[in-house]
Amino acid sequence: MSADPKVFLMGEEVGEYQGAYKISKGLLEKYGPERVLDTPITEAGFAGIGVGAAYYGLRPVVEFMTFNFSMQAIDHIINSAAKSNYMSAGQISVPIVFRGPNGAAAGVGAQHSQCYASWYGACPGLKVLTPYSSEDARGLLKAAIRDPDPVVFLENELLYGESFPVTAEALDSSFCLPIGKAKIEREGKDVTITAYSKMVGYALKAAETLAKEGISAEVINLRSIRPLDRSTINNSVRKTNRLVTVEEGFPQHGVGAEICTSVIEESFGYLDAPVERIAGADVPMPYAANLERMAVPQVEDIVRAAKRACYRSVPLAAAA
Amino acid sequence: MSFTATKFAPSPLPLNSTIPRSNDKPLSFSFDHFKPHPSSSFLGSTRTLLRFGALARPHARTRSSSPVSAVLLQQTSNLLVTKEEGLELYEDMILGRFFEDKCAEMYYRGKMFGFVHLYNGQEAVSTGFIKLLKKEDSVVSTYRDHVHALSKGVPSRQVMSELFGKATGCCRGQGGSMHMFSKEHNLLGGFAFIGEGIPVATGAAFTNKYKREVLNQADADHVTLAFFGDGTCNNGQFFECLNMAALWKLPIVFVVENNLWAIGMSHLRATSDPQIYKKGPAFGMPGVHVDGMDVLKVREVAKEAIQRARRGEGPTLVECETYRFRGHSLADPDELRDPAEKEHYAGRDPIAALKKYLFENNLANEQELKAIEKKIDEVLEDAVEFADNSPLPPRSQLLENVFADPKGFGIGPDGSYRCEDPKFTQGTAHV
Ligand SMILES: Cc1ncc(C[n+]2csc(CCOP(=O)(O)OP(=O)(O)O)c2C)c(N)n1
Ligand SMILES: [Mg+2]
Repeated sequence: MSADPKVFLMGEEVGEYQGAYKISKGLLEKYGPERVLDTPITEAGFAGIGVGAAYYGLRPVVEFMTFNFSMQAIDHIINSAAKSNYMSAGQISVPIVFRGPNGAAAGVGAQHSQCYASWYGACPGLKVLTPYSSEDARGLLKAAIRDPDPVVFLENELLYGESFPVTAEALDSSFCLPIGKAKIEREGKDVTITAYSKMVGYALKAAETLAKEGISAEVINLRSIRPLDRSTINNSVRKTNRLVTVEEGFPQHGVGAEICTSVIEESFGYLDAPVERIAGADVPMPYAANLERMAVPQVEDIVRAAKRACYRSVPLAAAA
Repeated sequence: MSFTATKFAPSPLPLNSTIPRSNDKPLSFSFDHFKPHPSSSFLGSTRTLLRFGALARPHARTRSSSPVSAVLLQQTSNLLVTKEEGLELYEDMILGRFFEDKCAEMYYRGKMFGFVHLYNGQEAVSTGFIKLLKKEDSVVSTYRDHVHALSKGVPSRQVMSELFGKATGCCRGQGGSMHMFSKEHNLLGGFAFIGEGIPVATGAAFTNKYKREVLNQADADHVTLAFFGDGTCNNGQFFECLNMAALWKLPIVFVVENNLWAIGMSHLRATSDPQIYKKGPAFGMPGVHVDGMDVLKVREVAKEAIQRARRGEGPTLVECETYRFRGHSLADPDELRDPAEKEHYAGRDPIAALKKYLFENNLANEQELKAIEKKIDEVLEDAVEFADNSPLPPRSQLLENVFADPKGFGIGPDGSYRCEDPKFTQGTAHV
């Protein structure tokens, strides 16, 4: 925002309240109410206003208090933001960022716990980013704001409370990350585990457990759902010959399905085991804590799947 | 260009010229003429509030108002409730208040989780409206729904158990705090997204019209109440439904619980014309403003609006001016509301106001009200014990209720329906 006066932030409670999750803390004070705008509760309205402003070259950062609420604005994200450049034959580009927390929170039930990665990942014209660490968040958000196209930036509420080590490089004002490039968080040789957002942390924990049992897992932090870094994924699978995909969202037509297809298409001959997909249960999120835990992937699920892929445990018989 | 709060503050509108209520005809609304009548001067909006600057209601009168009950008292010959009714209202409001206090306690003890939005302070609206309904009438609520559920008759045990995430809850632990449903009581949710409940409520009202006019059920006269907040009145679904409800004369009452805040967003900072009731006439339905801290006034307005709907005369928009005594949810630090404002409204506690009315009109004595409070205490102790001792939802419940017909899960690799696989009901995270 300090580098480009065209950048502004709008959304519910981003100003005086400092963000529902305090993510925009201090911004109102620093940039003033002209650039940090508290909106009424009208996602369809302000997302569309953002698009109109982007048509004329402003760089709106539109915050959804949570991405669940983006469903009320999805017409503008998909129809107005993602398709305008195409429909206008490149005359009108839409440099806008839609950001906010995505995915399952805790104890908030079906309507407030959902992952939108594969929803937006299915739309031509959108870029979809999923930061995991502080470094990701900083580097990718800067890239998103500078990008000439609409970016859906999926943060994670439960990660807001986590801290990560940050390198001096990441703190440098010139630091930025490329869109569409995955990061190998941990190198390994026996099995590839792909994950994004909060699940990267789970995958890393699973990798630690697996290491103790002699399985060396390579963990790929996707960072970008669309474009998807097929090259990094396939190179890894060609090395390890085994793949476990992890996502919090629903299994059907999910991110894992897309990754699996890419690997089947490009590296089929390298696979030594069926691809394992770990995803959320195929149900709306239950409220009860015990059911909720069963509905989202756990570290143990990843460990088990990796072992199955490495034939270290009996394959799951007829998974329900 | 300036977006500062001061610039957003509404310029003073002409004071509403409606006649202040007179003693003989205290609560008349021109429902028939669709005239907006801010029938109460919303006592909070007088001098005291003007001091809050931004919070001054545009239609606030500058004279100092007497307390609600004082106005009503002047017509003792014409009491607004019978003793039984008065006690019923009191009991329902105490139930709502004590239930929510219990929730706060249980939340801090880790018995319930997630976002828990409490209703303290707004009881007069739920009680004033819902206690007039028949069981067949519908209520559609928001994430702040516990008390609407209770007023509609869902037993405390079931609501508490739901909040504890137990199998005996009104939604078997699947819904949670923000999603209370009870088919038996025609409580249709529990909608956590802003505005979402309004079209659904309008659809419930549509059904009644359809039953009457298409299915020839001449006696279909069910009314739907849609409850939602001030912040929600800036969402398109509100306007879309005002239009359709008026267009099709649907039997619905849109009940706005204007507690002046939407989380940390002041109503006046969010809304170009903050007088919500005025949006009724714009769509061709009556819009009424009522003091939502006075259950008797709410009830009076509610009675007419509900009867109007039942008579097939169409929808009404009612703006109840109220206040929440706690933060937006139990996770809200509540730093933006002026302590003086909070104190001011605490002084207008709707339960205290009803109590005063009952006493002053010899409708109840101290012991009777104490007995009600004691009874509710016991009801809630029982509800907590019941919830605490209830079983967690079993693992087999995980995949239930996704579809009315579980064949919706499709056919498995072996050619039979996946739901028929004995392992199916065990439910796993990777179905
Ligand atoms: C579509 C949507 N956007 C944002 C939210 C987050 N949110 C929850 S409650 C709330 C404020 C609602 O205020 P109001 O309508 O006045 O009701 P109150 O909470 O005061 O009862 C907001 C913005 C939401 N639930 N749904
Ligand atoms: Mg409100």
